[in-house]
Amino acid sequence: MSAVVDTHGHGHDHAHDGHDHHAPYGGVMRWITTTNHKDIGTLYLWFAGIMFFIGGMMAIAIRLELFHPGLQFLNPDFYNQLVTSHGLIMIFGAIMPAFVGFANWQIPMMIGAPDMAFARLNNWSFWLLPFAATLLILAYFMPGGAPGAGWTLYAPLTVQQGIGMDFTIFAVHILGMSSILGSINIITTILNMRAPGMTMMRLPMFVWTWLITAYLLVAAMPVLAGAVTMTLTDRHFGTTFFNAAGGGDPVLYQHIFWFFGHPEVYIIALPAFGVISQVLPAFSRKPLFGYASMVYATSAIAILSFIVWAHHMYTVGMPVTGQLFFMYATTLIAVPTGVKVFNWVATMWKGSLTFETPMLFAIGFLILFTLGGFTGLVLSLVPIDIQLHDTYYVVAHFHYVMVAGAMFSAFAGIYFWLPKWTGKMYNETLGQWHFWLTLIFFNMIFFVQHFLGMAGMPRRIPDYPLMFETWNQISSIGAFGFAVAQILFIYNLFSTLKSGAPAAQKQWEGADSIDWTHLPTPAPYHTFETPPLLK
Amino acid sequence: MKGSKLLAMVAALAGLAVAANAHALEWYFQAPGSQLARDIDHLHQYVMWLIIVIFIGVFGFMFWACYAHRKSKGHAAEQFHENTTVELLWTVIPAIILVVIAWPVTKVVIAQKDTSAPDITIKVTGYQWKWGYDYLKGEGEGISFVSMLSTPRDQIENKAPKTEHYLLEVDNELVVPVGKKIRVITTAADVIHSWWVPAFGAKQDAIPGFLRDLWFKPEVTGTFRSQCVELCGKEHGFMPIVVRVVSQEDYGKWVGEQKKALLAQQDDPNKKWDTPDLIARGEKVYGANCVACHQPTGKGMPPAFPPLVGAKLVTGPKEGHIDIVLNGKSGTAMAPFGKQLSDTEIAAVISYERNTWGNKSGIVQPAEVKARRK
Repeated sequence: MSAVVDTHGHGHDHAHDGHDHHAPYGGVMRWITTTNHKDIGTLYLWFAGIMFFIGGMMAIAIRLELFHPGLQFLNPDFYNQLVTSHGLIMIFGAIMPAFVGFANWQIPMMIGAPDMAFARLNNWSFWLLPFAATLLILAYFMPGGAPGAGWTLYAPLTVQQGIGMDFTIFAVHILGMSSILGSINIITTILNMRAPGMTMMRLPMFVWTWLITAYLLVAAMPVLAGAVTMTLTDRHFGTTFFNAAGGGDPVLYQHIFWFFGHPEVYIIALPAFGVISQVLPAFSRKPLFGYASMVYATSAIAILSFIVWAHHMYTVGMPVTGQLFFMYATTLIAVPTGVKVFNWVATMWKGSLTFETPMLFAIGFLILFTLGGFTGLVLSLVPIDIQLHDTYYVVAHFHYVMVAGAMFSAFAGIYFWLPKWTGKMYNETLGQWHFWLTLIFFNMIFFVQHFLGMAGMPRRIPDYPLMFETWNQISSIGAFGFAVAQILFIYNLFSTLKSGAPAAQKQWEGADSIDWTHLPTPAPYHTFETPPLLK
Repeated sequence: MKGSKLLAMVAALAGLAVAANAHALEWYFQAPGSQLARDIDHLHQYVMWLIIVIFIGVFGFMFWACYAHRKSKGHAAEQFHENTTVELLWTVIPAIILVVIAWPVTKVVIAQKDTSAPDITIKVTGYQWKWGYDYLKGEGEGISFVSMLSTPRDQIENKAPKTEHYLLEVDNELVVPVGKKIRVITTAADVIHSWWVPAFGAKQDAIPGFLRDLWFKPEVTGTFRSQCVELCGKEHGFMPIVVRVVSQEDYGKWVGEQKKALLAQQDDPNKKWDTPDLIARGEKVYGANCVACHQPTGKGMPPAFPPLVGAKLVTGPKEGHIDIVLNGKSGTAMAPFGKQLSDTEIAAVISYERNTWGNKSGIVQPAEVKARRK
């Protein structure tokens, strides 16, 4: 492999050279001042991990309350606060930063760039996040507690909330700023810093999906900022954007929110698709099938995602033409999404498959995300949605997309790239246990929630009629098991960092992007200071 | 043999676990009580079968690859990675399937939206946290009542055993005649609520300041239960919807009774009340409207829901107390009760609050409330 290792003096030989290996500061200051894409990627991933833990604890509290009918542990007001924070923290604190972490680590290494285009901006994008997270948590200690209006923050319920609501609004502003700055950085890096020979149509699929995602972020996040700012002025400065008594309309909020909210779904899903598009070919030992059609399908999904927002609002009372338009547009998304799924299956077809942990999570993703896509198709149909809207069916649907989609993909990515990042190999047996337990308990939590929704259980209720008890108990037991399964992951992660076996330069036989072929393991602190030679 | 014994034991245990639960496992839509609900059910089954077939087809390929094309079996990877014909096929065929799905769905969408020519029109108003029903047109016109949860708080707080219709029972059910087209106009007084009867396939958000509508035509008599389905604050889980569908004849009788009762119930706002009577009446009003936030102890749940015990507003001048109950306090969950409650009810609840839990600040007569209405 020595022929491909050389990156002009920054390979093995000098890997322990202090000048090369470290940032100018040591200790905490290294992390606060770092402009290195790998350090910042690591920060994003740790941050996401901590938020995932906090959001997960909230989910456990929710499932504990729902184990029996009646009010056990939480009063309804606090329950609503938990439901709200769980959503906000998981989406903005855990899933999105996790994928930005992947982007920071992988994009420069995959396109042959030395770092991100705007290194200092990159530092700032990350360090905005802890402040936003602090505001979200601090809201709990304000008079009236955190907002209990659901993560969608629908007006006019938001106008009734205490000062915690304002904390949340500012947190959303800061999170939005962080995302926009990060996206500008990613777009600039991909468009301007590719190594010679790394043409657009040779970009690894993960890079393509992030390029498109970054455009979605730049377009969608300001819209969310607008929506919450209008809420803020309605609350404090006498405007009536969402108040009919002053000529406003509560439904206006929903239109603005979902104009952000639906692209947001793909902001989360597209990088997940990208990770899967790296992992499946590597373990099938076969190139990604239909590369060009994958690029077109991803773009088509991104564009369509801007014209389907009102399918979240079929029950607000739209005119029939509005319902039909949004229904047809929404079902249309099934076409490019289908193309992606077919391409993935065709990639595996006649390959030479092995089933290490990243591959298991990728296959788990493929099956369960498709299931979530199918329930999405069911929900896109107006009459059926009117029956299922705001029930547990919807809760089940979006957790198939968010957990079995985004989170499984994040796990696949971590197991896949951890050897390259740390130079150490995780424990494969533990990884596989983690996968199987996560898979089983995930379905135990969420599959039964389809039944609850169809039988008529509304979402966001702290107590429920007796006929829903059995499914809720199964779901709660699943949640507790799911939490225990994640301890395996945490243990595996720490023991790998501490004492994992050394990983090879090309740990995975079928991995073919330049981070595997042109860089040593672990990837040195600075890579590609001069561009790699690509044929 | 050991194995089969074990299996029997597991099955018996599983059976016990299910039987221990008084209710059967509900896992599908409620039995349809209208044509619309039946159409939705059929559409759902139609789409589900399509999905199951596609799912098995696609993942059949995947699992076959996982089984047959694995490295451990010595399968060598082929290197094909493009085929325009295949790509075109799996773009066009799903698009055609979508058209096949969309066609029957569109017909139901249009039918669902057709609220014209109703026999009876009822306005439904969502309040935090109860439903107001006003019969606007058709037989029963003029009937008006508020419907709220009748499950005792002891059951919710696990101090008493839960009864069959736990959280799905109300004091005043919405009553409609069978076989008539009912148009429901929804609106709300405070935040967005959502009115839903699954058995009729009828769901519509209730939006403050706006009127929206839906319709249903019940085909069978019986009682149909559901809940508010849009997060509307603290007691969102505790505002059920119960519709009782009766025969035309029974409906006529019910309308007669309601009208008589309405006449009898009207309080004379100029009547002078005795202290004990007023406070006793006030306790009922408090239990129905105030207890969820301010609690039976009057201690509230600070800081979101302030205490009434020894509160300045309650022990101070009557006017401030009357005003806040009439008009609410914007920016908080304190709703304006002026339109929901009569002068007598407001006077009663204020008198109750001013003379309970150690408060001793004198009573308020209905006439005083009437005087402060703007």
